Amino acid sequence: MTAATPAPRVVVLAGGLSHERDVSLRSGRRVAEALRSTGAEVVLHDVDADLAASLRELGPDLVWPLLHGATGEDGSVRDVLSLLGIRVLGTGARQSRIAWDKPIAKTVVARAGLATPEFVALPQTLFRELGAHRILDAMVAHLGLPLVVKPSSGGSALGVTLVTAPEDLPAAMVECFAYSDVALVERAVTGTEVAVSVLDTGSGPFALPAVEIVTDGPYDYDARYNPGRTEYFVPARLSDEVAGRVAGAALAAHAALGLARLSRTDLIVDADGTPWFLEVNVAPGMTETSLLPQAAEAAGYDLGALYRALVDAELDA
Amino acid sequence: MTPQPGPDRVTVGQPPSAAAGTRLDPWLGSYAERTHGMKASEIRALFAVANRPEVVSLAGGMPFLDGLPLDTLSRLAADVVAKRGLQALQYGSGQGDETLREQILDVMALEAISAHPDDVVVTTGSQQALDYVTRIFCDPGDVVVAEAPSYVGALGVFRAYQADVVHVPIDASGLIPEALEQTLARLKADGRRVKFLYTIPNFHNPAGVSLSVERRPRILEICRRYGVLVVEDNAYGLLGFDGDPTPAMRSMDDEGVLYLGTFSKTFAPGYRVGWVVAPHAVREKLVLASESAILCPSNAAQIAISTYLATCDWRGQIKQYREMYRERRDAMVGALSEHLPDCSWTVPDGGFYTWVRLPEGLDAKEMLPRAVTARVAYVPGTAFYFDGQGADHMRLSFCYPTPERIREGVRRLATVVSGEAELVELFGTAGHPDTEQVQAPSPDLA
Repeated sequence: MTAATPAPRVVVLAGGLSHERDVSLRSGRRVAEALRSTGAEVVLHDVDADLAASLRELGPDLVWPLLHGATGEDGSVRDVLSLLGIRVLGTGARQSRIAWDKPIAKTVVARAGLATPEFVALPQTLFRELGAHRILDAMVAHLGLPLVVKPSSGGSALGVTLVTAPEDLPAAMVECFAYSDVALVERAVTGTEVAVSVLDTGSGPFALPAVEIVTDGPYDYDARYNPGRTEYFVPARLSDEVAGRVAGAALAAHAALGLARLSRTDLIVDADGTPWFLEVNVAPGMTETSLLPQAAEAAGYDLGALYRALVDAELDA
Repeated sequence: MTPQPGPDRVTVGQPPSAAAGTRLDPWLGSYAERTHGMKASEIRALFAVANRPEVVSLAGGMPFLDGLPLDTLSRLAADVVAKRGLQALQYGSGQGDETLREQILDVMALEAISAHPDDVVVTTGSQQALDYVTRIFCDPGDVVVAEAPSYVGALGVFRAYQADVVHVPIDASGLIPEALEQTLARLKADGRRVKFLYTIPNFHNPAGVSLSVERRPRILEICRRYGVLVVEDNAYGLLGFDGDPTPAMRSMDDEGVLYLGTFSKTFAPGYRVGWVVAPHAVREKLVLASESAILCPSNAAQIAISTYLATCDWRGQIKQYREMYRERRDAMVGALSEHLPDCSWTVPDGGFYTWVRLPEGLDAKEMLPRAVTARVAYVPGTAFYFDGQGADHMRLSFCYPTPERIREGVRRLATVVSGEAELVELFGTAGHPDTEQVQAPSPDLA
């Protein structure tokens, strides 16, 4: 399929100094390997002091940032790459910054008409200034239980706790603030947990089949990366109508947030079939157990060909 | 080409039926019972950041090798192949190279051990000796008694063989004999089968303390009385900062003690050569265990170590290590005094580690993400217990970072601890019990 065109030279960025370094390295290796299988020249590179010099030397056609967490997803690495005049696959810096901040992303998609669980986003300093327990009591009174406490940014469920009893809320806050200065506390929606990946290989965004996630406990770090803990259903066990609604929600979030090339939206589908937007990822995980590759394979895609199509589309854009 | 989902574009895989989920592991039903407890740990993932140069890792137990005479060692390695290649590259004895076993006696003589080369079984690091010992003694449910806290790598082996670990408290002079006796009496009354006491008498990992000379015969006597074997793990005994090495427990009892030694800390871990000294009947079982596991330890590695011992000033190397690690211990303890006055810690007289108690209510595991953000890493105390204790402690290693980096790491840690203390005070959370098993990083995290 690519015999006529010269092989693109791609630098896959993975690693970095975030809490999700390990996951990022695994994602990076998988994508690099898949792209190489299509004949692309791929260099896997960490985000470190050598990066700018290496990029100058390598002169890649494209950089694919597979960085999870912190500077990798918040747009700053993309800003730097733009400064260096390098073409980057995926969402631009400004939109990444919005998607990365979960409270802001929720606000944006809510304005676009999507359902998202009611929430508050509070910095640690505010608890100090106003008195922690007064705020916690008000949160429980207003949002009810159960609640989900999560860092306002970051992935892999790090620092995330499902709180079912008020006495567990303080500890959940402490755990959350170990990862982020701002906590997002939202009403927990009961229902089917699904993730929908959206891709754009040049003809506009389309949704891959929803992946349904079933765990015997929270979909936490172990459930995500220890094969066997979680059962996945692809496509999700939803009626055609609800499946369509779910895909529509992911496409709407992708559009409302101005995302490009690929994204993954995490949703809960309640008993009425309403998809509730939880968060979106501009650099979704690409590990052996990650959701986007599962959805793509279930839809019949060869991962190498699919990733290559994303690269080619970016280069043709 | 623009792929679009649909059956006509299928290139790989079968579309799954909607009713059947996948757990991404077709062999899920085939694993042994002991495999099911293994978890993907976010703590372990956090350690992935620790090997970046921006992070001061006080987590790993990696010896600092920069002072090794690499020129000499490279000639030595070349000689191993040039002069003894046909032996070095061939299978060898399951018990280990005889010359090396004789030389190991010279090393152990520094700690007053007298033994016969036949008593020694060479292993792939003393970690493998630990594996063999547990394999030949422990059935699922058997009890291993160990210090509280204990070496995380040993706990992992005991867990793998489905043994149960019962911890015994220690103090500044090591294992407390009275507490050991009470524990053994209780276990006996409960009808539990205690297979051995696992102890690290010198410069304990992670606690940093040593078993006093006075207590050694008492511990041996108690174990003898209860019919409990002693497994003496002595990786650090020759790395004391002051005075001569303490006589090993094995030097006081050659029937009731299995002694584990290693070249990993006194020379270098890369060759992976350790050993176990055992009474003859046990040793026979160990050799059989070795043969069934690996046929024989690496001849090339053994001959390299043997040549090193025969031709290099290994005693001088150990002296050099002691001086270097003493300087780093001093840097660690000085920095702790300066920056973490609300913590308490042990001041080790040797080895690699200090054991730090956090201010009340702080949980070292929960604090770790904050530490990683601040570019410093340590091992949370829960890693060193079988039962979820230790949340209020952390192990700090001073072996690998330079004194300057140690001071910088502790300075960063101080901001982490104060930030966490403020948060805990704010939300009024005191350490809540956490039974989750914490895995330690691999020792190469520097």
